Amino acid sequence: MTTLTDPPKESFRLSMLIYDTRYRSMTIQAVAMIGFMLAAAWLINNTIVNLNTLGKPIDFGFLSEPSSYDINQRLLDYNSRDTHLRASLLGLLNTLVVAVLGCITATILGVLIGVLRLSKNWLVSRIMTVYVEMFRNVPVLLWIVLAMAILIESLPAPRAFRGEDATASMSFFDTIAVTNRGVYVPEVLFSRSLGDVHFLGTSSFRFDVSLDLIAFLIVLGASIFAVRKVTARAARIQEETGERPKTLWLNIGIIVVPTAILFAALGFHLGYPELKGFNFSGGTHLRNSLIALWLALSLYTAAFIAEIVRGGILAISKGQTEAAGALGLRPGKIMRLVILPQALRVIIPPLISNYLNLTKNSSLAIAVGYMDITGTLGGITMNQTGRELECVLMLMACYLIISLSISSVMNWYNNRVKLVER
Amino acid sequence: MKKTVIFGALTVAGLAAGAAAAGTLDDVKARGKLNCGVTTGLVGFAAPDANGNWDGFDVGVCRAVAAAVLGDPTAVEFVPTTGKTRFTALASGEIDMLARNTTWTFSRDVDLKFEFVGVNYYDGQGFMVPAELGVSSAKELDGATVCIQTGTTTELNLADFFRANNISYEPVPIETNAEAQQQYLAGACDVYTTDASGLAATRATFENPSAHVLLPEIISKEPLGPLVRHGDNNWGDVVRWTLNALISAEELGVTSANIGEMASGTNNPEINRLLGTEGTLGEMLGLSADWAKNAIMAGGNYGELFEKNIGENTPIGLARGLNAQWTDGGLIYSPPFR
Ligand SMILES: N[C@@H](CCC(=O)N[C@@H](CS)C(=O)NCC(=O)O)C(=O)O
Repeated sequence: MTTLTDPPKESFRLSMLIYDTRYRSMTIQAVAMIGFMLAAAWLINNTIVNLNTLGKPIDFGFLSEPSSYDINQRLLDYNSRDTHLRASLLGLLNTLVVAVLGCITATILGVLIGVLRLSKNWLVSRIMTVYVEMFRNVPVLLWIVLAMAILIESLPAPRAFRGEDATASMSFFDTIAVTNRGVYVPEVLFSRSLGDVHFLGTSSFRFDVSLDLIAFLIVLGASIFAVRKVTARAARIQEETGERPKTLWLNIGIIVVPTAILFAALGFHLGYPELKGFNFSGGTHLRNSLIALWLALSLYTAAFIAEIVRGGILAISKGQTEAAGALGLRPGKIMRLVILPQALRVIIPPLISNYLNLTKNSSLAIAVGYMDITGTLGGITMNQTGRELECVLMLMACYLIISLSISSVMNWYNNRVKLVER
Repeated sequence: MKKTVIFGALTVAGLAAGAAAAGTLDDVKARGKLNCGVTTGLVGFAAPDANGNWDGFDVGVCRAVAAAVLGDPTAVEFVPTTGKTRFTALASGEIDMLARNTTWTFSRDVDLKFEFVGVNYYDGQGFMVPAELGVSSAKELDGATVCIQTGTTTELNLADFFRANNISYEPVPIETNAEAQQQYLAGACDVYTTDASGLAATRATFENPSAHVLLPEIISKEPLGPLVRHGDNNWGDVVRWTLNALISAEELGVTSANIGEMASGTNNPEINRLLGTEGTLGEMLGLSADWAKNAIMAGGNYGELFEKNIGENTPIGLARGLNAQWTDGGLIYSPPFR
């Protein structure tokens, strides 16, 4: 008779760490981990020791010293007596401006081009193919430099607008000045402005928030809320009676009238650019460096996005189009209501990496003198203070944070699209 | 571009201590070539000619050092650097010395850990504007758009000058002189500001130089000179005394024309010591006895270099001014060879 006995208790021997498959992989991982940590520790230690022998220990104190240089495109108040930290912050904001503008433009262009490339019209699809191949096969730096060169060389200098025999004149009923230093457009001004509230005192991170803007956002938010209510009511009535009340004019009114009243109360008017001395003053100045960088980055990235969009659309089976057609939808609606929502699922993950690329490529800004964070912190500050390692570490951290933020926002969106799709 | 900077920074971190400790002189001799950092192109100071040979006042210093160390003025690898990349290139050991219109300042010397071996051009920052603007003083530049090279003392002086005079300006930061020139000529900026010598050199390359004026204000002191890394005193001495040899040669009347004759012995002991027929100065530096002779023969003495590259008979047309020998009322002065 056989009885079930416990297998003899095996005692643990050290050699089992290597010969026993149950432990081997863990041993290997532990050894690799220790090796990696040692290598990292050696690198870091070596760097610190060498910097110390060089008399340049890691020290971020320079960030609170006055920067002593000026920045042309300033989203916050700044002068050359402000700290390097604030100069870096201004650079960071400039990076964000061009990245956001670039991503929006590249997406719009990319979707358009991707869709058109699938057009049945031979000429249109060929032109789009040429566009895509042209832009994605030439380094973006060259496009940036080319865009800048065209702006500088082909547009008139401000001094051409001066005098009786001016060779250039402003466009759009004298409201917009297009010069080789950039484009000056009218700006929104309020003669009875509510003023600004100031935050964070005199620190390097101080900023102002315009109360006019807040008032506008509140009014707009309330209007949108009201429009939603109206739409929901219309849907309910439709549900009950089968007839949908007309809401278009009502909705437009709800959006426009309160805002118009607010603007009138604040004394809304436009400030037009006008030639004063060496330059135009008044209005908003979109610098040529910003335009060149924005244009080049958008056109370049749009070519990649177009390919992603095209791939996404081709991934949706032809049966979907045919089924939608059989239901009587017209081609435009098929694309908008049937194909694109499904294609988005394929499109968004690679789209994220293109947004990241665009943001990182914006660090080529210095080629056209756009003062992004690579130009301030990684350029002038690094150069004038000689704190290479500190500046590069901070730069890397900045780009890492921007990239991770973009990824997480896009991943969140991706998850939403996925849920809706199911 | 960003990559270079990052790699540069990491190399600085990783290698600089090593590079500084090792003898640069031995490295150069072993390599058989001097790596000399120069501008990306500023005619008269450092620019490649039609055949790709570098030529100019700063290039002359590089060639003199190569001749002193290696006996061959052509044994130089010229490394073009921008205002932004020059210090990283030097600190990381990519170049052995920098001769690039670089201003000797306290923080570059003390904080950035470089060693300026002397001054080969006493300069100051000036402004250039198109004559048609009718501007006669820098104080009239309120609201102007100004092209500046980034990573320079220029951008700091400029900020201070406009602040002190309570006038505003729009800076356009630019990497190289060539780009600045393009923007300035296209009217994308009203003013170009940099060292006055650089302005004169840039203007000389214009199609119509007389359509541009230099404003009278000189807003800073810019002593320009060659520099090396801190910490290798021996190599610093080699570069310093090569420059001094060129300066002393002019003072003592030793030129590339008469040097052959003088090298066989004169009755001036200082000339003899300089040219190695007396004493052991070369040996003390770790060089051959005729090191200074080779350096002077490379492109002539200080005065000859000046006249040939940037002097009054060249298109650049700079007068000696402050850069005359001390014996002529200038500031150029070499300690004695003894
Ligand atoms: N002396 C200043 C300015 C040096 C500088 O950038 N000079 C210009 C013009 S004088 C130059 O050499 N440019 C040549 C190039 O762009 O490579 C400094 O050391 O910061």
